[in-house]
Amino acid sequence: MSDAGTAGLSAARPVLTVAALSKTFGSLAVLDNINLKVHRRETICLLGPSGSGKSTLLRCINWLEKPDSGQIYLNGERIGVSRGGVVMADRDLSSMRTRIGMVFQHFALWPHLTVLQNVMAAPIYVLRRPRAEVRAEAEDLLAKVGLSDKRDAFPAKLSGGQKQRVGIARALAMRPELLLFDEPTSALDPELVGEVLNVMRKLARDGMTMIVVTHEMGFAREAASRIAFLDRGRIVESALPEQFFLTPATDRAKQFLQRYAGNGSWQAGQFSELHPGGPP
Amino acid sequence: MRHDFLVVWGERGLLLSGLGNTVVLSLAATIAALGLGAALAPGLMAARGRYRLAFTGFVDGLRCIPFLLFAYIVYYGLPSLGLNLDNWTAGLAALTIYNTAYMAEILRGAWATQPRDPVDAGYAFGFTGVGHFRRIVLPPLLLSAAPVVGNQVIQIVKDSAFLTVIALPELTHAASSIQSRHYIPFAAFITAVLLYWMLCLAIEAGVACLGRVAEARR
Repeated sequence: MSDAGTAGLSAARPVLTVAALSKTFGSLAVLDNINLKVHRRETICLLGPSGSGKSTLLRCINWLEKPDSGQIYLNGERIGVSRGGVVMADRDLSSMRTRIGMVFQHFALWPHLTVLQNVMAAPIYVLRRPRAEVRAEAEDLLAKVGLSDKRDAFPAKLSGGQKQRVGIARALAMRPELLLFDEPTSALDPELVGEVLNVMRKLARDGMTMIVVTHEMGFAREAASRIAFLDRGRIVESALPEQFFLTPATDRAKQFLQRYAGNGSWQAGQFSELHPGGPP
Repeated sequence: MRHDFLVVWGERGLLLSGLGNTVVLSLAATIAALGLGAALAPGLMAARGRYRLAFTGFVDGLRCIPFLLFAYIVYYGLPSLGLNLDNWTAGLAALTIYNTAYMAEILRGAWATQPRDPVDAGYAFGFTGVGHFRRIVLPPLLLSAAPVVGNQVIQIVKDSAFLTVIALPELTHAASSIQSRHYIPFAAFITAVLLYWMLCLAIEAGVACLGRVAEARR
């Protein structure tokens, strides 16, 4: 995605607006005055040390965690709180949630359903779309993530990478306006990470609007339109990937990147392997 | 002795109708207790102190009453409170309510060991309330609880024998009638035991089937 395209779109209404979001667990401020805008076709990578609040931020966006204060808007509509300022009825919250896809760290597939049924369940039972249409679309999606041959398997019989690709197909089947990824490769064996990142890279290229919490620096550098760096519940840096990785503005980000540079996870060798043509 | 069993054979109509009633009673009580137990289980899991206390009190209270005594209370005790039930209604009610407590506790236990993530995913994908419980929570719960539920069904079958005391014509009642009519207690009761045994084997076969279904998903 070109910077010019992103800049042109940023004048339009953001897909997601997070304003002054705060959340505490007990006396611990997990999120502290978070402000974030995500525009159409953008891929925002949320980076930061573990415990910095990245996953909590994702879970607050679709109200799996209830924020303590602040506002979240999806295409201009407030999530979680109705006009009168009261917490939304389940039905309204549900209809907002159906517009936001989510991919979980530990896959969170429904174990009693086959791969195909996992992908079809919410479109049929929640969105009430016609079964035949949903089935055709689900089969297309499974083909897209390379799992057509596994459609009748149960999740327990799949590898981690396959499970996560089902997780992505399941989220796409909702035709979401925004897709949230909560550390989608953290629970995978190293050799399975690539197949999941490939699918995500393709989604980013196809213009899906995504927020990705990840520790895969190579992916973030290559696929993100913007990096938001969290530390102790605050977004301390928000920058274009090249800028963030080459000239981080804050000491916290420098330390963080140094740690990853130390174990080589995003350095030249691996980066060119992920991207055979070399950095763009 | 052989003669005794021939007499029992002669009364096979009575025995079979008793067996049929035992099956009907047990089946109805199982379905109702499982349904009510599933309805109670969320209450047992509720984070709020007062609800949880009420549910736990109900469940623990019932589980600590001998079933025979409970059946007496429902059939003989309730009329003094103005509630007259015929023996079928009283028997089925007693069996159902009593086992609801067990089923709720079994499902609560199975629930506590279910991973949290798929449940959250259900909410994240827009499932709510009853739909969420029925589509997302309950099926894996039932599969993982199947062996324990199976044990409880066997318990229900055996408890139903107590209902002979309120003159419900189930299997034990039938065997008892035959022995008192012909004075052949051994043959009559052993036949009943064998029939109960077959019933339990059938239940265990059913549980094994469910076990295979669960295994494919584990």
